[in-house]
Amino acid sequence: MSNNTDFTLAELMIVAASEAWRGDGEVLASGIGVIPRLGASLAKLTYAPELLMTDSECFLVEEPIPLGPRGDFVPKYSGYMSFERVFECVWGGRRHAMIGPTQIDRFGQTNLSVVGDYKKPKAAILGVRGLPGNSINHINSFFVPNHSKRVFVEGEVDMVSGVGFNPARWEPGMKQDFMDIRRIVTDLCVLDFEGPEHAIRVRSLHPGVSFDEVQEKTGFPLLQAPELGETPHPTAAQLEIIRRLDPHDLRGAQIKGNPPGIRATA
Amino acid sequence: MNKLMTTADVVAQLRDGMTIGFGGWGPRRKPMAIVREILRSDVKDLTVVSYGGPDVGMLCAAGKVKKLIFGFATLDAIPLEPWYRKVRESGALELMELDEGMWQWGLRAAGMRVPFLPTRCGLATDVTKLNPELKTIQSPYADGEVLLAMPALKLDVALVHVNVADRLGNTLIQGGDPYFDHLVARAADACYVSAERVEERLALTPEQARFNTFERYLVKGVVHAPCGAHPTTCAPEYGWDMGHFKRYVASAAEEGGWQAYMDEFVTPGEAAYQDKNGGIERMGKLPLPVF
Repeated sequence: MSNNTDFTLAELMIVAASEAWRGDGEVLASGIGVIPRLGASLAKLTYAPELLMTDSECFLVEEPIPLGPRGDFVPKYSGYMSFERVFECVWGGRRHAMIGPTQIDRFGQTNLSVVGDYKKPKAAILGVRGLPGNSINHINSFFVPNHSKRVFVEGEVDMVSGVGFNPARWEPGMKQDFMDIRRIVTDLCVLDFEGPEHAIRVRSLHPGVSFDEVQEKTGFPLLQAPELGETPHPTAAQLEIIRRLDPHDLRGAQIKGNPPGIRATA
Repeated sequence: MNKLMTTADVVAQLRDGMTIGFGGWGPRRKPMAIVREILRSDVKDLTVVSYGGPDVGMLCAAGKVKKLIFGFATLDAIPLEPWYRKVRESGALELMELDEGMWQWGLRAAGMRVPFLPTRCGLATDVTKLNPELKTIQSPYADGEVLLAMPALKLDVALVHVNVADRLGNTLIQGGDPYFDHLVARAADACYVSAERVEERLALTPEQARFNTFERYLVKGVVHAPCGAHPTTCAPEYGWDMGHFKRYVASAAEEGGWQAYMDEFVTPGEAAYQDKNGGIERMGKLPLPVF
């Protein structure tokens, strides 16, 4: 690990997100949103060159595309991945997506549809989108830019859009084997589902964050991974790649106030 | 054979209570000129089947939608569709909210004239809980797996916008992603397309001909509608109109906002619409979004 301390929280989260794809093999890496997409791109350019990626439209590229206006950069396409083909990939299970749900519960069930009562919701969000199909067919990770009890809800999410480890939701004969929820990267920590009966654990804490603070901002009890430590800092090489992939600093607008990666002690 | 007609001719084919499917995806290649014609008509109580963008939002705002069969509604760069949200939050919509993969699966079943297609998508979520008409089925083979039987989504009418069409009903989609227009067309009793350009007869190279994604026997009518996808994209020709979208989004927060939007952009007709948006020259050159 480098001793580099000059990085932002967004950059720390990009590196943490990139770790989600380690060891997945030849799957389509879909990072939806700026930080997950930069995470997937970083993974491909460092320890996971075997990953498949798109240009965020409909073509496969072997070299990740920088975000925003591209200047001189001309994408080199290696294949095609229209929405129709994405479904074929999803249903065939060769994908690991990272998306940002509106709510997540202790079972890993996710919600992107509505907050509040379904018939007359407090807030209509996007709709379930591809969550039911993604979650039951391939590997998924989540991204939470603002770790709070509003996201990590007590009880179940208001509208179960993505499946999770809630036994009450699974009827006999339904195939649960393809469900694989890996990581949650938040602005406070990295979580996984590797506790007893897939209980959520804190796997690493971002610099300056305590387990108690994470617990306080989470609507259900958390476990600590035995190897719980600090989220690895970005190396100089990783930062160089991130800055090249995001020349317009879109990542700087992802976390409120664009705070430094190492939180100032109060 | 000449299938050329006007947007008004298309809307004259629509009846209250029909189930109408829309091509495109979110704010991309939506048949908006026809949507605006529907907004000007008194057709109502529609069941709208769409990968929702401003087509869904505007039809909701105008009170045309009885039921929505969808997986999402979004303007993409502006993630939340303002009028869908507003009407959805009022509790006024009947819904069949589906995984976006289930949506195309249902259209596929309709196009293939089978009552359902099996899938795992939707199981163990509230999609099945909230739509009790969705049934499961056990595999008749040794695995015995329990799957969702996605029912066919049969459409009365499909509305699709393409880059080029001819008078016979042949179509060409030149954007990178053809979305699911072929499934929308196949699921319907009648498909009407609007097109940026209409030719007498398409005469394509083999490379171009690959991007004819559904057969002309599905197409009942062809409308010449230049910039007919505005304010959504029509790649590779023009991108979405962010200025227009912002004005549209703002209307959802204003008192009487929908009526004001209608008065300004819709009621005066398509020629006035083009003038209001800087003319067809400007609209046809809006830059494509970069992701």
